[in-house]
Amino acid sequence: MPNMTFAQALNDAHKIEMSRDPNIYVAGEDVGVYGGIFGVTAGLLDQFGEKRVKDTPITESAIVGTAVGAATVGLRPVVELMFVDFIGVALDQLYNQAAKMKYMFGGKARIPMVLRAACGAGIGAAAQHSQCLEALFMHIPGLKVVMPSTPSDAKGLLIQAIRDDNPVVFLEHKMLYALEGDVPEGDYTIPFGQADVKREGTDVTVVATANMVHTALSAAEKLAGDGISVEVVDPRTLYPLDEEGIINSVKKTHRLVIVHEEVKFAGSGAEIAAMVAEKAFDYLDAPILRVAAPFCPVPFSHPLEQAYIPSEGQVIEAVKKVMA
Amino acid sequence: MDLTNERLVEMYIAMNKIRTFENRVAELFADGKIPGFVHLYVGEEAVATGVCANLTDKDYITSTHRGHGHLIAKGGDIKLMMAELFGKKTGYCKGKGGSMHIADLDLGIMGANGIVGGGPPLAAGAALACQYLDSKSVAVCFFGDGASNQGTTHEAMNLATCWKLPVVFINENNMYGISSCTINSMCVPNVADRAAAYDMPGVVVDGNDVVAVCEAAGEGIDRARQGRGPSLIECKTYRHRGHFEGDPCAYRDDSELEEWKEKDPIPRLEQKLKEMGVLTDEKIQEIKDKLQNDLAEAEKFAEESPFPDVSELLEDVYS
Ligand SMILES: Cc1ncc(C[n+]2csc(CCOP(=O)(O)OP(=O)(O)O)c2C)c(N)n1
Ligand SMILES: [Mg+2]
Repeated sequence: MPNMTFAQALNDAHKIEMSRDPNIYVAGEDVGVYGGIFGVTAGLLDQFGEKRVKDTPITESAIVGTAVGAATVGLRPVVELMFVDFIGVALDQLYNQAAKMKYMFGGKARIPMVLRAACGAGIGAAAQHSQCLEALFMHIPGLKVVMPSTPSDAKGLLIQAIRDDNPVVFLEHKMLYALEGDVPEGDYTIPFGQADVKREGTDVTVVATANMVHTALSAAEKLAGDGISVEVVDPRTLYPLDEEGIINSVKKTHRLVIVHEEVKFAGSGAEIAAMVAEKAFDYLDAPILRVAAPFCPVPFSHPLEQAYIPSEGQVIEAVKKVMA
Repeated sequence: MDLTNERLVEMYIAMNKIRTFENRVAELFADGKIPGFVHLYVGEEAVATGVCANLTDKDYITSTHRGHGHLIAKGGDIKLMMAELFGKKTGYCKGKGGSMHIADLDLGIMGANGIVGGGPPLAAGAALACQYLDSKSVAVCFFGDGASNQGTTHEAMNLATCWKLPVVFINENNMYGISSCTINSMCVPNVADRAAAYDMPGVVVDGNDVVAVCEAAGEGIDRARQGRGPSLIECKTYRHRGHFEGDPCAYRDDSELEEWKEKDPIPRLEQKLKEMGVLTDEKIQEIKDKLQNDLAEAEKFAEESPFPDVSELLEDVYS
């Protein structure tokens, strides 16, 4: 299996899908000549030409809105928002138009589009270029929300997203772009709503997303030294959410810690915790704990930013607490 | 407008102050002292300088991601800015904002902005307050050619004319929004042509001629102050460096940069002032030495300042 970065795996997914389906086009700011600010769309312009790989003006409402319109009448747009923080500029086209159209039209519309965006803190990009906003998208019926943590998941999930007939928000944590891993060659998909157990364990379930999967894995490694066996579960898609996968793990471990980078208050972990409390309360031996960012914008200053991002130490502490 | 020699020298100093600051920031970024995104104003100094020469502390500006020059031209403190770029507690924003969010509300600087097109509605809002309070102050909105394609910019311009707000939209047309050239991103030759759609004056000036910028902006600002409504002034200019530090700039030709370096606003004014006998080589050296000293002091201040304490993380979220 070839070794690739997360960004290359996403690039590969684009190439495979665009070669297969002529109705897929890619659009966004700096996706063509520049190849994407994070390099995800590198080489697409040369391979597929200007008709299918469109550099746009700075005009997020129209980038997203044209994708919605084109998808409604037969194309399969894959558009890039550069930073997820910019969704504010384009939100109506996504959450009032794309997400609701099928339902409002009594099932008549199909909106097969993917909105890709980079998210997450860690590079000192400050409050308007560092957010994780998955809960914002999860809250809107009609949207699917994908958040991969490894190169191979990124590729399989993006191919799946492109083939899905619904608007899919595909969130790429920017600290993962350079992460390397084995990625299967050619065409494969990872179905939505299937969590992946990234590490098996018996004492505590840690549900983590995106970059936090890696934080959880390194915490699990350390905890193993203390004789605590941690199971790390990556939902991979937040909508649809693999409730059964998470509950099955909790049935085994009887303890749950949820780790995500977005703010804790009304974050995706709140939904997961509530779901487990509702459906698997009797299996729990300890209260559910969440490790997540504090309720403030992402600060610029390095020590503050580091304090903002949930750490391995915080995960270890939470796991020990539910074990106590 | 007849600019006195004194004002011309002030503008010369301001432009050099921006240039020396930005060049040093480039080095500090390369050395890893400044994290995050840094967008430099090298080559565009005449725009902020010429515009802000018409403003007082009571007037407002909204800035952009490329905001260091706006702040310096509006009278901001390079010590506080440098400390902010370092992420230090003593910085303009206590280290919480960084380069893209520098603000000094006491000087009417309503912030750099990480969102392209974030500023125009805010400037119109400040202008609304000036009109409402009858303060005779005005608001100036700096925005790029790229930002001129955002809906927010158009909405703000339309509302500004509907309400006759005292705001001046200053377009900094450096021909690119990251890799996107205006040739591909807009279908009229000038951003100022769009003013017609909002029934406001639209003027194009040589953005590398600080006197021309100062005069054109002065007219728009006077008009706004007199309650005659907004205008749009487009300053044609060019950024000498990449979009952000670290941008390989593969999307533009080196020859284009060389051509624009010939039109560098600073040597142009320097030449003019020397011909007029206003500046001598010695005087120029004196000015540059002083700026270097101030800059070294700012850097020392930034270096020696403490980082914010982690206990400050949750401060300043709400009033
Ligand atoms: C809403 C939004 N979209 C995209 C970006 C990414 N971005 C930052 S600066 C920039 C280019 C801005 O171009 P322009 O307005 O011409 O200003 P310049 O950089 O040339 O000074 C882009 C696309 C952003 N920060 N905000
Ligand atoms: Mg520009």
